[in-house]
Amino acid sequence: MNEFLLLFRGGDGRAVQQSPDEMQAHMQKWGAWMHGLGEQGKLLGGQPLKNEGKVLEKGGEVITDGPFAEGKEIVGGYLLIKAENFNEAVEISKACPIFEFDGTVEVREIQPMDL
Amino acid sequence: MQEKSQKLVDHLFRHESGKMVAVLTRVFGLENLELAQDVVQETMIKALNDWRFEIPQNPNGWLYRVAKNKAIDILRRNRKISSSSPQLQVLLQSEWSLSPTIENLFLEEEIQDSQLRMIFSCCHPSLKLEAQIALTLKTLCGFSHKEIASAFLTNEETISKRIQRAKKKIIQENIPLEVPLGKALHKRLKAVLKSIYLLFNEGYYSANSNTVIKKDICLEAMRLTILLISHPNTNTPSTHALLSLMCFHAARFEARTNEAGEVILLPFQNRKLWNKELIEKGFYHFQFSQKGIVTEYHLEAAIASIHCTAEHYEETNWKTILSLYDQLLTLKPSPIIKLNRAIALGKVIGPVKAIQELLKLAELKENTIYHTTLGDFYKECGEDCKAQECYQLAYDCAQTEPEKKFLLGKIGKD
Repeated sequence: MNEFLLLFRGGDGRAVQQSPDEMQAHMQKWGAWMHGLGEQGKLLGGQPLKNEGKVLEKGGEVITDGPFAEGKEIVGGYLLIKAENFNEAVEISKACPIFEFDGTVEVREIQPMDL
Repeated sequence: MQEKSQKLVDHLFRHESGKMVAVLTRVFGLENLELAQDVVQETMIKALNDWRFEIPQNPNGWLYRVAKNKAIDILRRNRKISSSSPQLQVLLQSEWSLSPTIENLFLEEEIQDSQLRMIFSCCHPSLKLEAQIALTLKTLCGFSHKEIASAFLTNEETISKRIQRAKKKIIQENIPLEVPLGKALHKRLKAVLKSIYLLFNEGYYSANSNTVIKKDICLEAMRLTILLISHPNTNTPSTHALLSLMCFHAARFEARTNEAGEVILLPFQNRKLWNKELIEKGFYHFQFSQKGIVTEYHLEAAIASIHCTAEHYEETNWKTILSLYDQLLTLKPSPIIKLNRAIALGKVIGPVKAIQELLKLAELKENTIYHTTLGDFYKECGEDCKAQECYQLAYDCAQTEPEKKFLLGKIGKD
């Protein structure tokens, strides 16, 4: 089993006009998807992120508000999962509810750092 | 309004607090049982405050919402709370799934599942039987320490200590919050049925004269058994036999005491007061108990069913009862069963034989019913002097006022 990071961009329900019921229904789908991963013992953790942030550069001398990216490119959250291989990690990601709002999932394998 | 909302909260507390404690214990893990109980307590206090002027239309929903929000707050403040399983823990640690997971756990089906797990934890064999019963009443049935103490005829402090020790033991022994599977299930279910049976008896035979609490304990024991029946893994013939037995006994509840709370013994009960619906339910469950091995519950249910169907005490089918007691003695050779068998023997063969058997029961020398029974048989033989001696001994052993009053009547009259 290897570990993978799923990076979510865009597909943010917050940007779309939604009724509270629609919002809740969408969140239930995230819950159900993750519940399935949890049941299989494949979920390691992860959180959604707020859109606001700070970017530090030059040793912290330059600090700017927010990611520079366009709405669609802002990282909206991440998940850490376990999968046999890249293929499985991709298959898992296909069921992600983020595609309901045209978001993207970037799948990256965790690099073990052997010293 | 204050009083009305107080009453509603009391009622809801009994019925909903056990459910909420079970769900929240699944959220926080069994080692945090106390935290779960605190959250439920706070929820009830908030209800009492907020409902002073208006009671919400859906009080259960209101309570669940408050409890859910409190649970979410606690989990956000302390992400390391361990939860009852690693799978659940990872879902509760992520903001993606925290709320939906909590929401899901408060659905009816999951509430039942949580309660079922809780039954198996409270009735875990590494806890003493008396601790199992106290813990079950507290966590699953929403009884206060005071109410439990009154049922056990002891004080609140004893009960608090007993429950504290049980909670410690749960942590020490790492008792899981789960329904065991496979072979382990059979053995553990047996232990669970035994605790619930004792819980019922605690309510049914308690010397306490508070009939409300006694009845509530019996109803809770029945509710827990129905919960076991509703789950395929615990829906066994023995479970049905136990429920059947409880239905037959509970059917006689109203006829067992008079308005002053005094005990009315079986021969003198007004049989019209027996609850026909419960008797029918008893037979309904009895028919599902017929597969597999015969347990003590089967035999006790059968005996109770014969009492329930006799129109008069004199018309009771004592022959069958005697043979059932004979079988029961091979399963459970207890002095009380010997006493009951001797009563049946006296009805079938005669008082002399019954007296012979009763005199062998040295273990019951401090039991008031034993002496009363012996006295009755002596009286039947015309040995009034000996009968009087027995009634006096019975009076000396009696623990409650109604019993004493009943015996004074016998002593006075004869």
